[in-house]
Amino acid sequence: MKILVCISNVPDTTSKINFSEGDTKFDTNGVQFVINPNDEFGLTRAMWFKEKQGATVHIATVGGPNVEPTMRKALAIGADEAFRINAEPTDGFYVAQQLAEIVKNGGYDLVIGGKESIDYNGGMVPGILASLTNMNFINSCISLEIDGNNVSAVREIDGGKETLSSSLPIVIGGQKGLVAESDLRIPNMRGIMMARKKNLGILEPVDGLNATEDKKFDKPAAKGQVKLADNVDQLIDLLHKEAKVI
Amino acid sequence: MSVLVYTESEKGKFKKNALEVASYASAVAKMMGTTVTAIAFNSTENESLGEYGVSKVLHIKDETFNTFNAGDYAATIAQAVKSTDAKLVILSSSTDTKYLAPLLAAKLTAGYAPNVVAAPESITPFMVKRTAFSNKGFAHTQIDTDVKIVGVSNNAFGAHENKTAITVEEISGSKDDKKNDTKSVDIDKVVGKATIADADIVVSAGRGLKGPENWGMIEELANVLGAATACSKPVSDLGWRPHGEHVGQTGKPVASNLYIAIGISGAIQHLAGVSASKTKVVINNDPEAPFFKAADYGIVGDAFEVVPELIEKLKDFKAQNG
Ligand SMILES: Cc1cc2nc3c(=O)[nH]c(=O)nc-3n(C[C@H](O)[C@H](O)[C@H](O)COP(=O)(O)OP(=O)(O)OC[C@H]3O[C@@H](n4cnc5c(N)ncnc54)[C@H](O)[C@@H]3O)c2cc1C
Repeated sequence: MKILVCISNVPDTTSKINFSEGDTKFDTNGVQFVINPNDEFGLTRAMWFKEKQGATVHIATVGGPNVEPTMRKALAIGADEAFRINAEPTDGFYVAQQLAEIVKNGGYDLVIGGKESIDYNGGMVPGILASLTNMNFINSCISLEIDGNNVSAVREIDGGKETLSSSLPIVIGGQKGLVAESDLRIPNMRGIMMARKKNLGILEPVDGLNATEDKKFDKPAAKGQVKLADNVDQLIDLLHKEAKVI
Repeated sequence: MSVLVYTESEKGKFKKNALEVASYASAVAKMMGTTVTAIAFNSTENESLGEYGVSKVLHIKDETFNTFNAGDYAATIAQAVKSTDAKLVILSSSTDTKYLAPLLAAKLTAGYAPNVVAAPESITPFMVKRTAFSNKGFAHTQIDTDVKIVGVSNNAFGAHENKTAITVEEISGSKDDKKNDTKSVDIDKVVGKATIADADIVVSAGRGLKGPENWGMIEELANVLGAATACSKPVSDLGWRPHGEHVGQTGKPVASNLYIAIGISGAIQHLAGVSASKTKVVINNDPEAPFFKAADYGIVGDAFEVVPELIEKLKDFKAQNG
């Protein structure tokens, strides 16, 4: 089985968010970048397939040279080969089109992305990619088993979960649950050394559609001070009379 | 040229978010000087959408669409977009619409803006405000394609009555022409309980509750308030509560009117998931807990004393106030 994991390079979850250039750009000053958490669950599941069922795992990212440390980390975790498409990932449609080129040419059975990246929260890359490559698609996936050509997956739904059957080739939008949190891997010294020797191919982008543009950013208004109630009666009173929520 | 809105229903009844997206579509249609057409699958109450500004419903009555299938639903909506020459498609931000929207975007070569929190800032160019960076910021996103798709955040716009004369047209559904072998095998859903996505009130608890055996009082508080229950990430990692209840940057976003956080510290990753909630209440025994900085109201106290008292007093309050 040949697996491609699509990786998005995102600010670490503890990052404070700021904007620069007249609030038109995300300010990367002092920000640590990591593998998008939803993708990390997918990458770890891919490693499981590699070790238990004998799969080859490639990763792909759309981004400039600045994303390479994140890609090296994915290689150190155990991916076999990496591709960087040398373009700014400014729009989900465009990113999906770039990744689709790799998928079309790569003969992948399984493509795993995250259900969304935690920076721009577009949530569209895996679905558009599936459409462009005529592959099956399951989103918000919290469990994935593959037996021959048969796929059994569980996805989250509002208020519960749904079990689905499907077939390869398939694109998965993954999230927490694909593997247990405790199974996520920290690269060890050996992995880091080996990652240095692995192929990180750089591909030039194809023409694509920039369907959307983020023109400006801002932050939620600063919050007023919390009102502390001395007792439960006072809290109920505040929620009823002032906040009018009960 | 009309606005097309996809209205979700369950067992024939519209979901709360269907009325919200209909209201949103109606507000945008007014800005554009056009009307709203809704598309609904197996709904038994189509005319009710007229209360929210919809003037026409395209209704698919077909048992094969009883179970949601993202590919077939997207194909049917795409067909309706073409037949009505719609330039704008509005949908909710439910888990199902987030599944089908990218498929629809690909079929229509349309730009898609999810998590939209307000009516468009301008129509030409088309610009919407949406949450980004897991609710730590907002992006003002311009959609540049001919057909545009907007996913409205739950509870962001609200349902607004706006009575309009309505007609219903029966149409047939389309099956996906792309590879679509995915089939639903089993649905495991809690029935009769508010879900985090729809609930007006969410009662959430964290590691401060010490163990799963203490969730009885959280369930009871939620019951009294007609609320959904939720939790912090470690609580679901430890298996005290199901995955689907985990709120935050790597879990579910909550956009309720009232969010009550009990024994949750308020780590940045948790706060990212709740900042869209209107009123936040914190119960924590540590006055220095970061959550107090993000909250509107709070009680510094032991959850094991405060929550049982809150349940009793709220029961009295409900008895008096109906
Ligand atoms: C990549 C990544 C992603 C993450 N994503 C998320 C996410 O999406 N959602 C999320 O929630 N977390 C997330 N986290 C984890 C987050 O950083 C915190 O660890 C987590 O939110 C803490 O949960 P907690 O507040 O329940 O537990 P704790 O930090 O243990 O806090 C418990 C709180 O309960 C209080 N308490 C204790 N006893 C009582 C009592 N008797 N009465 C009242 N209060 C009491 C304590 O004062 C404390 O404030 C993420 C972390 C990482 C690294």
